[in-house]
Amino acid sequence: MITIRIPTPLRAYTEGKAKVNVSGAKVQEALDALMATYPQLSKHLLNSEGQLRSFINIYVGDEDIRFLDKGETELLDGDELSIIPSIAGGQGA
Amino acid sequence: MPEEKQLSSEEVARYSRHLILDEVGIGGQTKLKNASVLCVGTGGLGSPVLMYLAAAGVGRIGIIDFDVVDESNLQRQVLHGTSTIGVPKVQSAKARLLDINPHIDIVLFEEPLSAENAIRIVEQFDVVVDGTDNFPTRYLVNDACVLCNKPNVYGSIFKFEGQASVFNHVGGWVRPEGWDTATAEERKAARKNKKDWIYSQTQPGPNYRDLYPEPPPPGLVPSCAEGGVLGILPGVIGCIQANECIKIILGIGRTLSGRMLAYDALNMQFREFKLRPDPDAKPITALIDYQQFCGIFPEEEKVDSFDRISVQEASLRMKEGWEPFVLDVRGATEAEIVSLDFVDLRQPHTQVTEIAAKLPKNRDILVHCKMGGRSAKACAALADLGYTRLYNLEGGIVGWAKEIDTQLPTY
Repeated sequence: MITIRIPTPLRAYTEGKAKVNVSGAKVQEALDALMATYPQLSKHLLNSEGQLRSFINIYVGDEDIRFLDKGETELLDGDELSIIPSIAGGQGA
Repeated sequence: MPEEKQLSSEEVARYSRHLILDEVGIGGQTKLKNASVLCVGTGGLGSPVLMYLAAAGVGRIGIIDFDVVDESNLQRQVLHGTSTIGVPKVQSAKARLLDINPHIDIVLFEEPLSAENAIRIVEQFDVVVDGTDNFPTRYLVNDACVLCNKPNVYGSIFKFEGQASVFNHVGGWVRPEGWDTATAEERKAARKNKKDWIYSQTQPGPNYRDLYPEPPPPGLVPSCAEGGVLGILPGVIGCIQANECIKIILGIGRTLSGRMLAYDALNMQFREFKLRPDPDAKPITALIDYQQFCGIFPEEEKVDSFDRISVQEASLRMKEGWEPFVLDVRGATEAEIVSLDFVDLRQPHTQVTEIAAKLPKNRDILVHCKMGGRSAKACAALADLGYTRLYNLEGGIVGWAKEIDTQLPTY
């Protein structure tokens, strides 16, 4: 089982859950499982070409998947995935 | 190189708790006195950064901000006070900082940081602290620091979560010797043994673009003004930034270079992520148009699929008998603070299409939020569904409270 940590801005799309457990042998499979459960997350995680958006980082433990094998990064039972989006602060509508 | 300033006997007394630390001492405190730091922004992050750097005796502190103190700032911007509401933030900050420590110089820049002035300002300081609140300025601060070769102490906040790191400073990750010629199996084995990267204290560290190559498009990530922020959160992150700043000046300890610290105030957890140099990153060679880079275009270029109406005009037309269907697209928590008494329906802007069936097609629809940003998105979403009689209330309920019904509270 893989635990995915959901950041505050995206919890609106996971029924407020901060952690979601999924299964998957690779990062992509785990994220697909997450998005299958919470389809509204897809447009926030993926761009129109289905690629992970460039202002959202995915970490396995403390390692960014961009520096591993990206979506193909292998997962072990008990691994923790973190979704860390870019945040800026105060200004806005 | 200007001559090094020495500590006066008054300063020796003031900084005694620093001076008896082996890691600081007279030598370190003299370094602080001769150091200069630019803090971009005097808001939630800038408040603790500036107060602690001033108290610590950083000799020259630059402050850049173009805002004035507003009552709604005081929940987190502890640098300012009730007595300075309406005063330019840089002025309010200067008075407070010189009260904390009269032995330092404060340099004010009462202007927004821009691609035109950034290099001229950044190059006057040893260290830069990013206490800004928006993506264009964050990328601008980053790029200017890279071009001027200055460390950039980063902090960012949202709701209950914060991030901190040190960019463009020494201390970073390199591949071990022989990595380029290693086979896939060898690399896999190295990774398993955590020998695929080596931290070097002398290696140039990564920058903001290594962490996030691009900003989110406007509107996809809510801002603090929309999503809120716990007042103490910038205090925690700002203190971490001030601490990193002091370490950089003194050359002690291990900075956050090559690491990103994430703080979750609700669960009281700090987590650390490794920040590697991005091999796909394009070199930063010049400043660019950061509004455009962040997808922000001047308003006149936008072609809207809905109408805009000012609070004045809406109020006037209502007095003349205009009866639009009024849709509030803010969240429940905001509606509890203040609501217009003639609202017909409330639905958060992100879920507005779900209630489209409840909206009349043969009647004008007036959509509002806090200030007009989210309601514009809601209007655009409804226009896509074929609604044509949409009016976005410019200025939102805050504008209404300031100009029409001044009995209403603002937030």
